[in-house]
Amino acid sequence: MSEFLNYPGESSNDDLQPEGKAAAHTRRAFLFKVAVGLNALVGAVLAVPLIGYLLGPVTKRGSDVGSWISIGAVSDFPVGETRLVDFKSPVASFGDGETAKVACWVRRVSAQQFQVFAINCAHLGCPVRWFSESKLFLCPCHGGAYYEDGSRASGPPERGLFEYKYKIAGNSLVIHSGDMPTLATQASCKEKPLVQIEPATGETRSTTWEG
Amino acid sequence: MGRLKERGTVAGLKTYKWLEHRLGLMKPMADAAAHPTPSNNASWWYVFGSAATVLLMLQVVTGILLALVYSPTPNEAWTSLNVLNHNIALGWYLRALHGWGSDFMIAIVLIHMVQVFLFGSFKFPRELTWIVGIGLLLMTLGMAFTGQVMRFDQDAYWGLGIGASISSRIPIIGASLVHMILGGPIIGRATLSRFFTLHVFVIPGLLLAGVGVHVWMVLRHGVSDWPMPGRLVRKSTYEREYHELTAKTGIPFVPDAAWKDALFAAAILFAVMACAFFFGPFGPGGQPDPTIIQTAPKPDFAFLWIYAVLAFLPPSLETPVLLVAPVLGIAGMLLLPLVASEGERHWARRPVAVLMVSVIAVSLGIFTRLGTYTPWSPVMNAWASDPVPPKYLHDRTPLEREGALVLQDKQCRNCHSLDGAGGLRGPALDSVATRLTEDQIVRQVLQGGGNMPAYGNALNPSETKALVSFLMTLRSNDLAPAVDESRGLVHASELHVPKSPAAVSSGQTP
Repeated sequence: MSEFLNYPGESSNDDLQPEGKAAAHTRRAFLFKVAVGLNALVGAVLAVPLIGYLLGPVTKRGSDVGSWISIGAVSDFPVGETRLVDFKSPVASFGDGETAKVACWVRRVSAQQFQVFAINCAHLGCPVRWFSESKLFLCPCHGGAYYEDGSRASGPPERGLFEYKYKIAGNSLVIHSGDMPTLATQASCKEKPLVQIEPATGETRSTTWEG
Repeated sequence: MGRLKERGTVAGLKTYKWLEHRLGLMKPMADAAAHPTPSNNASWWYVFGSAATVLLMLQVVTGILLALVYSPTPNEAWTSLNVLNHNIALGWYLRALHGWGSDFMIAIVLIHMVQVFLFGSFKFPRELTWIVGIGLLLMTLGMAFTGQVMRFDQDAYWGLGIGASISSRIPIIGASLVHMILGGPIIGRATLSRFFTLHVFVIPGLLLAGVGVHVWMVLRHGVSDWPMPGRLVRKSTYEREYHELTAKTGIPFVPDAAWKDALFAAAILFAVMACAFFFGPFGPGGQPDPTIIQTAPKPDFAFLWIYAVLAFLPPSLETPVLLVAPVLGIAGMLLLPLVASEGERHWARRPVAVLMVSVIAVSLGIFTRLGTYTPWSPVMNAWASDPVPPKYLHDRTPLEREGALVLQDKQCRNCHSLDGAGGLRGPALDSVATRLTEDQIVRQVLQGGGNMPAYGNALNPSETKALVSFLMTLRSNDLAPAVDESRGLVHASELHVPKSPAAVSSGQTP
């Protein structure tokens, strides 16, 4: 390493006389510093597009992602039943293969009223299964349970199932699908504040049945 | 013949000199290998670091060979793994070596870390060696997680979902982080590509560089001497003492100490080969089709304990613990050598260290064990596959038998076991009537509570009546039924007749 590049105090130049120190500040040392500065500048300019490329998936706003997609004829869903429906994600891109497929649970509450639940458990995203007899959605991963209307029944989830926005266009049921639903990316789901549900306490249990 | 040998030696020496004059690396490397090390550390306890390095080399070689065939796109990855397993000669063995090598590497890295911790080898002047080592541990685990994604099956798909869901809990940047991890709005091609990049380029590069720095520092400071109770590490004297010890008792690392490393490395490699040969490759499991929901995703062995912990955290604590605990844990490990850089090294004089290792090891063991059979998960098909034991149906009234049917139909068995069969999420029901009175069972069934959903909407009154009358017969070995003492007291006070609770309970016939 050149002795001119040493840190102040470490430099052997410190022992030199003032004339020597002045001589040490040569034109070459100055030019080297300029060149290093130039590299820093070029590096910064180079880094901006690279970081922009890397952050590409992040910069898209959640609400921009996704679109409306038909998931079947309204008449396919009997009132009072909950059925599993598959569709191809409208945001899938080339090469996504099977992972482009999405499943959701469709509950027809009445003739005009539906609930479309994401398959992903609100706890950690595992696929919940519907049990029509006990009217519960159960999650295989950590035992999260939800009632038929998607509200939290028990287990680790702190909220109910994610819901897709839906509308009825003619005879087809159309939902808005985009992001994979997680606690942070519910943009394509029904706006629902994240409610921290208190764990079951002794108090709720003491409301006696006999009461 | 003798002349020929002599000529050969001369030619070999000449080649070496020509090469070394230009390269200039072989002599320094030979010197480094033969550096003197205190004879007391030529121990079988000091072989784990080198074994981890050898396993890393195995992973690099097998990984490169697998990459010749593997196709990192969602529509081909799963198929290419099956092609490796079934259609390419020895492809299954390469996959098995890579998979078992990964499990062994995690185990050896952890053992190495525990040994260094218990021997106090992280203390001055080896603090930075430990800190870099923590980085290597995290990268090894990173390789394990990204490697699990490479085995692109159902577990990999939902494992990515779990990873994204955990990230989504981070305040403010949660959504951005999810998109960053997935490379887009959903798990797909971009996701697999970036995990492939991490697994094949980014982390291995950092890992190899980190190992280089780690080994460099080991050479620079020497392998730590065997700890002795009462021989304290002091910054002012340690290095002088170490050099004196080396000068007095030093033996060349190669071969006098390294033969144990070499032998152990060979044994470990052989163990990996044996496991690979006899147990074969891991998966792939079911195809990564998110519409196939008949699946119970589970992470690989190294992460089962996290999976278990996530089942036990109460909802209100989940996010804080998920976000704070890893930060504290990693920060604690990184700061350890800076906080405790001096003092006692021997485990016998460091009870807190021994206690910490014991508690952490036992906890990880328990959680991992729980993760293997997931008692918190409902058994999804128990209601249709596990019949009510006949002994619970003998001499029962029609109503009670109807109740047994309701119990099956309403999928109670998914969470509650009878005679050992069924889910473990809720308590076993074999003796439920000895714990709860009829009123309490009715209330519990209809309103739920204590982690049980309310079944008020799923049961009509006659079903409830039948179910409860069946449950009331479940008193294993005809134990006395549960009694609500307060009812007796209420009854007594209503009648204004003092009556001892004992008299009330003895009045009940089983």
